[in-house]
Amino acid sequence: MAKFKKKTKTSENIPTSALPDIIFMLLFFFMVTTVLRENEILVEQKIPQATQLQKLEKKTLISYLYIGKPKNVAMFGTEPRIQANDVLIGTKDIVLWVNQEKDKLSEAERDQITISMKTDRDVKMGPISDVQFELREADARKLLYAAVGKVQN
Amino acid sequence: MAKSKNRLSQEVNAGSMADIAFLLLIFFLVTTTIASDKGILNILPPKQDPNQPPPEIKLNERNIFNILVNANDQLLVEGEYLDNTDKLADDIKDFILNFGAPDEESISLYNSLPASLRERAKRDPNSSDHPMTGGAVVSIKTNRGTSYDRYLEILDQVKRAYFEIYAERVGLTSDQYRALTGKTPAEKELIDRGKEGIPMAISIAEPDKIGGN
Repeated sequence: MAKFKKKTKTSENIPTSALPDIIFMLLFFFMVTTVLRENEILVEQKIPQATQLQKLEKKTLISYLYIGKPKNVAMFGTEPRIQANDVLIGTKDIVLWVNQEKDKLSEAERDQITISMKTDRDVKMGPISDVQFELREADARKLLYAAVGKVQN
Repeated sequence: MAKSKNRLSQEVNAGSMADIAFLLLIFFLVTTTIASDKGILNILPPKQDPNQPPPEIKLNERNIFNILVNANDQLLVEGEYLDNTDKLADDIKDFILNFGAPDEESISLYNSLPASLRERAKRDPNSSDHPMTGGAVVSIKTNRGTSYDRYLEILDQVKRAYFEIYAERVGLTSDQYRALTGKTPAEKELIDRGKEGIPMAISIAEPDKIGGN
């Protein structure tokens, strides 16, 4: 029994003092790279799947419209609504909203504005086509139907 | 004396520090979603002048690939009922590359295509004349009651047909072609070479008013 005890005096363990630093570096990396959502989504967002996805390069040119059934049914009803920034707007306000978004961009980039439509999959085409009509009126014709990748078989 | 007990380890045990950091790391990994701006691009037509009637475009029926979707999400493609969209992209590719009545320009386009795409040219007189401007148009008409999910699925298939043709022309896979950004001249050249002469002619008609909201 005494034989085993002798060993404990010399330090044989691997130095793990640098391990927390490595993990902290990873932690900071994730904390810095992830963007926290700045505005709360008021409508349901079950993004449909698609295969032929394209990525947009310039994120500053993108403005988001969220379309779906309101989460707060008691307050906003069950019909699909449009959310721009952090409020629900009517179809008629889209032109105004697009112009506000365009004002944020520089003169040269104004006609390149892209609207990313994040639409819930349960929405019908009626409201969508109304929105598209308003976007045509506002001359914001580049449109991105937001979708998530589908596993191809 | 109490001191004699501490002789073996004087330093603070920092081994559990890693565990704490791991916990934090896992928390952030799980809770954050990296925002991705991916989707299907679509360019809307310019707005109509209310004082002017929409321009009459004379196109022969054979040059239009009709896709109709009703309020129950049922498909009518070229007058035939379809259950699913599996075959749709293939049919559209056949339609675009039919070369039923090519003029001189489109004959030279045909000769520039790789052999695998040339095989698709059935030269059916009842299908599209040629894939160039004014040749083959894919028309999608929905109803106000059609679900957005279904609409996107069909638009996805139409896009797939075009991207597969483009990719095959430049010898890439469809995924590689779509990942091209056009930032470098070499990439831009590839994109242009894929598209050249075959414009993405997708017409999305205004939905009709029955059965929607």
